[in-house]
Order: sequence, then C-alpha cells, then structure tokens
Amino acid sequence: MSEKILMKGNEALAEAAIQAGCKFFFGYPITPQTELAAYMSKKMPKIGGTYLQAESETAAINMVLGASAAGVRVMTSSSSPGISLKAEGISYIAACDLPAVIINVQRGGPGLGGIQPSQSDYWQATKATGHGDFQLLVYAPSTVQEMVDLVELAFDKADEYRIPSMILADGMLGQMMEPVEIKEGHTPKVFDKPWALNGHKNSRPHNIINSLSLDAVTLEKWNIARYEKYAKILENEQRSIEYMTEDAEYIVVAYGASSRVALSAVYEAREQGIKVGLLKPITLWPFPKKALQEKVPTTKKFLVVEMSMGQMIDDVKLSIECQRPVEFFGRTGGIIPSVPEVLNCIKKMGGVE
Amino acid sequence: MFELKDFNIICGHYGCGKTNLSINMAIKAAEQGKKVTIVDLDIVNPYFRTAEYKSLFDKYDIELLTTNFAATNVDIPSLPPEINSIFYKKDRCIIVDVGGDDEGAKVLGGFSAKIKELEDYNMIYVINKYRSLSRTVEETVQLYYEIQESSRLKANALINNSHLQNLTTASTILNSLDYANELEKVLNIPLVATTAPSFVADELKNKINNLYLIDIFVKPIWD
Repeated sequence: MSEKILMKGNEALAEAAIQAGCKFFFGYPITPQTELAAYMSKKMPKIGGTYLQAESETAAINMVLGASAAGVRVMTSSSSPGISLKAEGISYIAACDLPAVIINVQRGGPGLGGIQPSQSDYWQATKATGHGDFQLLVYAPSTVQEMVDLVELAFDKADEYRIPSMILADGMLGQMMEPVEIKEGHTPKVFDKPWALNGHKNSRPHNIINSLSLDAVTLEKWNIARYEKYAKILENEQRSIEYMTEDAEYIVVAYGASSRVALSAVYEAREQGIKVGLLKPITLWPFPKKALQEKVPTTKKFLVVEMSMGQMIDDVKLSIECQRPVEFFGRTGGIIPSVPEVLNCIKKMGGVE
Repeated sequence: MFELKDFNIICGHYGCGKTNLSINMAIKAAEQGKKVTIVDLDIVNPYFRTAEYKSLFDKYDIELLTTNFAATNVDIPSLPPEINSIFYKKDRCIIVDVGGDDEGAKVLGGFSAKIKELEDYNMIYVINKYRSLSRTVEETVQLYYEIQESSRLKANALINNSHLQNLTTASTILNSLDYANELEKVLNIPLVATTAPSFVADELKNKINNLYLIDIFVKPIWD
C-alpha cells in the first residue's frame, strides 16, 4: 500500500526505519522527538522487533553499539542535549566501524536550552560528535517526505560503508505534519556482514569488534584506513537539491526547516525580478562542495540562512574557497527565520531597495 | 446542520485537525455575535497549538484560556486556576480543544464530574481517515475507547475531518464518507458534520450531508 497519509515528522522517521528493516530501537525520551520513541514502542512489538527505553542516553547508545556489532539494523533518536550524552558512544561506534542510524531532532541550545526548533548542532554533527578523528554521514531532510526517504538511505549507506549515519532534523520538522507516501512491504537492501558477532558455529575464526588499540602505530593505521573510506564517501556521496539556480546571480544556501523559509523567500524575490536560487544541501557531511564550486563563476554572492548563530556558513566559505562574498542570516534559541526577514536579506544582497 | 452548544469539547487522535477545527468553530460563533471562550487544554504537544493563535482570537474578541507555560520552553503539564471559570461563565460559548489521544484526554478526566453536571454539551470525536494510526475503522474505534476511558466522558457527536492538508481534493473527502458512516454505525455516535476546506466547496455541493466549510489557520510559517 502506498497512498498518501498524514504523518508527523517524528512518526514518519520511525515508520520509515521500520520499513527499512530496523528491528531494534534503543532510546530515552526528550522533547521534541518523543513521538518517535512513542511510535516505536507501539509498533516494534507488533513486528517482532525490540523497543527498549534505556535508563539513560549513554545506556541507549551503547545498546546500539552492541546490536550493530551483532549485525542487525539498529537506530536511536534524541534531541540536542541527549545527543551530547550519546557522543561518547557514537565515537566508539565510529571507531568500531559499525553501521547505525542516529536521529537528532534539534532543539535550542546550548545547555538545556529550550524545546523549540533549532539547527545549532551543525558543528556537532559534522565536525565533532565525539572525541577522536572520525566523521558521520549526516543527512538533512527538509520535508516529512524527505525524512522518510533519507532514513532508508541512511541505513543503506551506513551498511555499505560501515559508518554511523545521522539524520539531522529539527523540532519543527519533527513536530509538523505533512502528507507522505511510505512504501510498505518492500524488501530493504540486505548487506553481507561477515564481520558481525553473530556466532561462528565453529565454522570460521571468531570476529572481534573493538576500538582499543594497544600501540600507536596500529591506531594510526586504523585511522588512515578509515580516512581512505571517508575519501570515497567525499567523492561519491555528496547530495544537494537546487531550485532556480540555472540563471541565478545570487544563491541562498539553507538546509532543513530554514530551507523551507528560504525557498518561499526565493520565490517572492523572483517575483520581484531578482535572479536568485536556492541550494539545499541534503548531505551535510559530505558537504556538497562540488555543487557549490560549480556555481562560483556565475554567482555574485551567497547567502546562508540557518537557525543558529552561523555554523554551516564555514563550510560554504570553504567549499567556494572564499572566492565570493558569503552573507549570513540566522535566528537562534528556538526562533525560526521568517520569510520577510530572508526576503529582506535577498533584496539587500541584490542591491534592490 | 451542526450547531455549537454553550459547551463544546473537541477530542480525537493527535494530528487529526482538532486545533484548526476549534479555531474555525470559535470564529464562526464570534461572527454570529456570540461571546466565545476557547480553551487550549493540550498538555502534550509542544508546538502547533491553539494558544499560538492569540492575535487571531484578539481580532474576534475571543477569550483564550490555556495551560501554564504553553508555547514556552517549559515542558510542564500544569493548568491555571482560571480554567475552572469555564463552568461558571454565563452566556458564553465555550470551546475546549483537548490534547491528542488518551494521553491528551486525561486532563479532561479531571473535569468529567463537572462536565456531566452541565445541562447540555457537545463532546465531539474528530476523525481523519488520512491520519496515520487512525486510517481504519478498527484503529479509530480503538482510539475512541481509549479516549473515553481516560476522559471518563462519552462522545455524543462525530465530525469527519478527513483531509490531506494542501493535497485535499473533493475526492479526498468523498472517499472518506464510507469510513465516517461506518464509524457512526459502529460507535453509535451521530455523524454531525463532514468538514471541507472552502476551496473544494463548489465540487461538494449537494454531495455531502452536513457539510461544514472550514478555513485553514494551522499551517507552517513559510506558507
């Protein structure tokens, strides 16, 4: 059955994970992602899966590590402060080269912050989710349908590359409802996992999943090997979607909920005759550097719109090697930029007014 | 045709469209010259709630009563004492927008004794065939009994609010009629209205009994 139905972003993330073959969910409740865990708690027992509310975020992420090591598709979800608590475990998962999907429905920070939507965990997701040299695959949906589509991709790519992947959503997307189509009953891709700790039955040497190295030389080799894998990901996995960029002299770069605001502003600016387009990164790591570089020759200025004090703007500047001016507009603390505010920035950038 | 009473309770699955429906009812009543109080009794949802439409209500002189800390960063389900005033207001039309599911309806349970003492009231169960987890008659019946149990109140009216947001067409609504009629039979609660956004009104003329036209107030800030 694949007719359109209304789902909240949080529910859609959960259902999409189930349809992608996720049988294990370990989590701990936190606003504004709680509906995801609630949905899992209702659905998992019906499909023979496991929903477990752990005693803490730390416990939940280490259960994810264990389940992933055993070769199953596993997911956890939280919101900003909860992801910080999970950071240690995420580093261990990355060090063990284990696939897993981690969902962050961001809220305002720092500290306990607030429960309203935010995008202020961009740096955390793309630069330093935990200690050590490692990266996560980071996907940024901006509609409930993209949430559905990217969850399956996140599972597939995590398995393909043996890397944890993150869906970086925000409270607005998690809480809002939109019509979606979920392909039910399709067969998810199955990846061979010869490394999994699923019983050697005396027919193969036993597998070891470990992040501790007893000497520096070995640890360096592991890290170098992991970065060879990252190089492949950087080459092959950059994703972005463009709107009206063909003839654009100005380009707005925004992801997630702020890209929805930015797109409405771009449409309005077009009506006023400003040649502006939107580039929406779908992967935040790897950042869509190639797509941005291609725009440099024809673009006069870039504008980055975020629900933060300005984090992704660094990656935009790096991607275009600072060859063009990059302006910024952001709201923070749980405030979403408004269409008139962004339109105003576009007009200023375009020299109108 | 569906008529509001002096006291109206709107309950149902979360996300079925209770808030948008409540706002429509409040504005219609205000336009008819009634003094209206809208009560946001949602203790579950952090966003997208009636309390966010304060400026709209001010325009129509609609009084808003809401939970403490609604639309703030404080995630605490507490009610202000003024909520009790709804049982003592004379000559006002009270519309109570309850939180979703049995969890949201719990708070109603605390008021059930007082509500049962009222002379007359509407307790409206809102249904939406296109909402996840209430797509079948069975699921919707189950949800109803969960709400009945935690609210300790029985619904006496059913409103079919089946829609797909901006993708709603006349056939979206026509295709929900069997579902709504079946629920009327199974739950033995009269189906008092089927809602439709104004933009499909012409196509539905004479095709639906008790058509209740609504405007869309609850939408994302970028629309």
